[in-house]
Amino acid sequence: MNNSENFDKRSTTPSSGGQGATLFDKIWDAHVVSSVENGPTQLYIDRHFCHEVTSPQAFNGLRARGLKVFRPDQTTMTADHNTPTIDQDQPVKDPVSRNQLDTFAKNANEFNMPLFYPLGHIKNGVVHIIGPENGFTQPGMTIVCGDSHTSTHGAFGAIAFGIGTSEVEMVLATQCILQSRPKTMRITFNGKLGKGVTAKDLALYMISKLTTGGATGYFVEYAGEAIRNMSMEERMTVCNLSIEMGARGGLIAPDQTTFDYVNGREFAPKGEEWDKKSAYWKTLKTDEGAKFDLELVFDAADIQPMITYGTNPGMGMGITDSIPALDSVDEAGRISYQKSLEYMGFKAGEKLEGKAIDYVFLGSCTNGRIEDFRVFANYVKGKKKADNVTAWLVPGSWMVEKQIREEGLYDILTEAGFALRQPGCSACLAMNDDKVPAGKYAVSTSNRNFEGRQGPGARTILAGPLVAAAAAVTGRITDPRS
Amino acid sequence: MEKFLTLTSTVVPLPIENVDTDQIIPARFLKATDKNGFGDNLFADWRYNKDGSPKADFVLNSPEFSGSILVAGKNFGSGSSREHAAWAIAGYGFKVVVSSFFADIFQNNALNNAVLPVVVSSEFLAEIFTSVNNDAKSTLTINLEEQTITNNSTGNSEKFAINPYKKECLLKGLGDIDYLLSKKDLIEAYEKTIK
Repeated sequence: MNNSENFDKRSTTPSSGGQGATLFDKIWDAHVVSSVENGPTQLYIDRHFCHEVTSPQAFNGLRARGLKVFRPDQTTMTADHNTPTIDQDQPVKDPVSRNQLDTFAKNANEFNMPLFYPLGHIKNGVVHIIGPENGFTQPGMTIVCGDSHTSTHGAFGAIAFGIGTSEVEMVLATQCILQSRPKTMRITFNGKLGKGVTAKDLALYMISKLTTGGATGYFVEYAGEAIRNMSMEERMTVCNLSIEMGARGGLIAPDQTTFDYVNGREFAPKGEEWDKKSAYWKTLKTDEGAKFDLELVFDAADIQPMITYGTNPGMGMGITDSIPALDSVDEAGRISYQKSLEYMGFKAGEKLEGKAIDYVFLGSCTNGRIEDFRVFANYVKGKKKADNVTAWLVPGSWMVEKQIREEGLYDILTEAGFALRQPGCSACLAMNDDKVPAGKYAVSTSNRNFEGRQGPGARTILAGPLVAAAAAVTGRITDPRS
Repeated sequence: MEKFLTLTSTVVPLPIENVDTDQIIPARFLKATDKNGFGDNLFADWRYNKDGSPKADFVLNSPEFSGSILVAGKNFGSGSSREHAAWAIAGYGFKVVVSSFFADIFQNNALNNAVLPVVVSSEFLAEIFTSVNNDAKSTLTINLEEQTITNNSTGNSEKFAINPYKKECLLKGLGDIDYLLSKKDLIEAYEKTIK
C-alpha cells in the first residue's frame, strides 16, 4: 500500500491527551480502525517485518483458513535467525534449519510476497537492521514483527513492537492487530555522555535501574540532551533494548537527524511525497503539557561503561563496580539471584574488572551496525587480538559488510587478528552453530544474558562495542577508558 | 480455540523470578515449522541433563508435583516474543499459569493459545508456594466466569483481572483473528482515509 498522503488525517486526528498529546498518543490514535467494546483497539499496521522462525505456523494458519495475505507489499521478509554466518553460498548443513529456510521461501512464493530477501540476497540481513537501512522504517508508522526487538524501529518516531505468531497471522490476514493501549512513560537523559560511554552503556544503565520487568505495561518515550545528541544508529541501540526492561516498546521523536537518515533510502518517500511526509513527521512530538503515566529523569554524566554480571539484562553495573551483595536483593528474589550468580560462576561483592574471558561477540540487532564496527575497529587499530579470545564479528547485514570493506575497517580488523563473518543473528541467540561452549565467558554486544542464550551453559556478559573491543584485545574485562 | 471455564487442579510450583522465554523453550528448539511437540522441550535446559536424562532436582521431574496449573515467580515470560513458549506450556498440558506479574508479549501469546495467565498479589503467590510446600496435593480452583482464584488449602480467594473481551474469547473459544476477519470492511474504509 502507498500511504503517502496520510498526513492529512494523521496530523489532524484529535489526541486522547486532553491538553496535549504525547508522541505515542498521536501515532496510536492515527492508526485506530475500531475499538472493541470494553476491549482492545483494532490497530492498523503500516509495516510488518517477517523472519523464518516465527512465521511458518502463521502461514500454515492462513492455508488452513484458505486466506491470502491481505497486503503483501506491506510485509518485508528476511532470513536471519536460523542462518549460518559462514559459507552462506553453500547449502545449509543442518537439515532442520534448511527445512525452515526452505519453508520460508515456499511461503513467500506461494503467497506472492514481493519483498523477500533470502540467504544470499544483497538486502538480506538482521530484520531490524535491513528495515531502517532500506528506508522501510519511517517516522509515524506502526511496525510489528514476530520478534521482541522490533522496538528498535521506535528510534524513528514509530510505534514498533514485537508480536507472537498468532498475531503475525492476524497481520498477514488483515494488516491489523488487537492491542490494549499501553501506559506511557517518558525517560529523560539530561546532559552529555562521558568519554568512552556508548548508547549501549546508557541503555544497560537504565535497565539496571528499572530492572528487567520495571517497564512492563508501558510504552517509553526517550528524551533529553543525551538522546538528542545521538546518531540514528545509537538511538536504535537504545530503543532496541526497551524490551529488556519489559517495555512494550520505546520511541524517540523524529528530528533533523532522523530525516537526514531516512532521506534517499530506497523505500523512503521521494520528491513531492517526501515534502508532504516530512512536513507531517515534523508534527510528531510530544506536546508541551502532555501527561505521561510515569516520568523518570537520569543524568547522562552518571553513566560509565557497563557490563552485566547475572542472567537478565537488568543485572548490570558499572565496569569498575562490584556485584551487589545478597542482602541488597529483596527476599523473594534471593533464590533467583543466587541461582543466577551460581550459573555465572560469580560471587556477590566480587569485582569483575580484570577477569579473564573466552569469547567476544560483536553483532546483533543491538550493536551490529556500521557505527559499532567503527567503534570496535578504532579501538583495536594497531593492537592485537588476545590469544585466549575467540572473536565473532558478525555484521548485521550485507550493506554493513560492504561498508566495513569500503571504509577500510576490514583491513584494520584483519591486521589486528580478527576475521569477519557473514550477516545474521548468530551468537545472539545461538540458533545456528555460533554457540559459546558451556562454562565459557562471552563479552557480547547482544541484548540478552539469559541462561543458555548463547549456547547451553554459556556465560554471557553484555556490554557495548567499546568494552567488547577492549576485552578482545586484553582477553580480560577491561575499562576501555584506561 | 478450546473453551476455558473452571479448573481445579494440583499445581507445579516454580518459585523462580524472571523466568524468560529462553528458559521456557531454548532457541535451538525453534526450528520446527508446526506447533507440535514443544511440550517435550518445555524448560529443556533445567529439565534434562546433557545426555537427555531427566534432572532429578527439577520440579517437572519430581514424582511429587503434577497438575495443569503452573505457579511461577514474578515477571514470568520475559524476553523473546516466541509464541513457542506458549505452545510448549500448552503442549505440556498446562491450562493456567499463575504469577504476580507477566511479561506483556507472553501474556498475549498465552491467551491466544487458551492458556490463562492469572495475576495474583505477591502475598497470595507466596501463600500458594507455602501451601504446596506443606502439601504437594493442595489444589487451586480457577473460575474464569467469576474471575476468582482460590487456594483450597487455606480457603483464601482473590479476584483476578482480565480484559472483558479476552474473557469472552476464552469462554467461547474464539480468537482475535475471527474478530479481525469480520471487520474487513472497516479495514478497507480506514485504508481509503489514509490514501
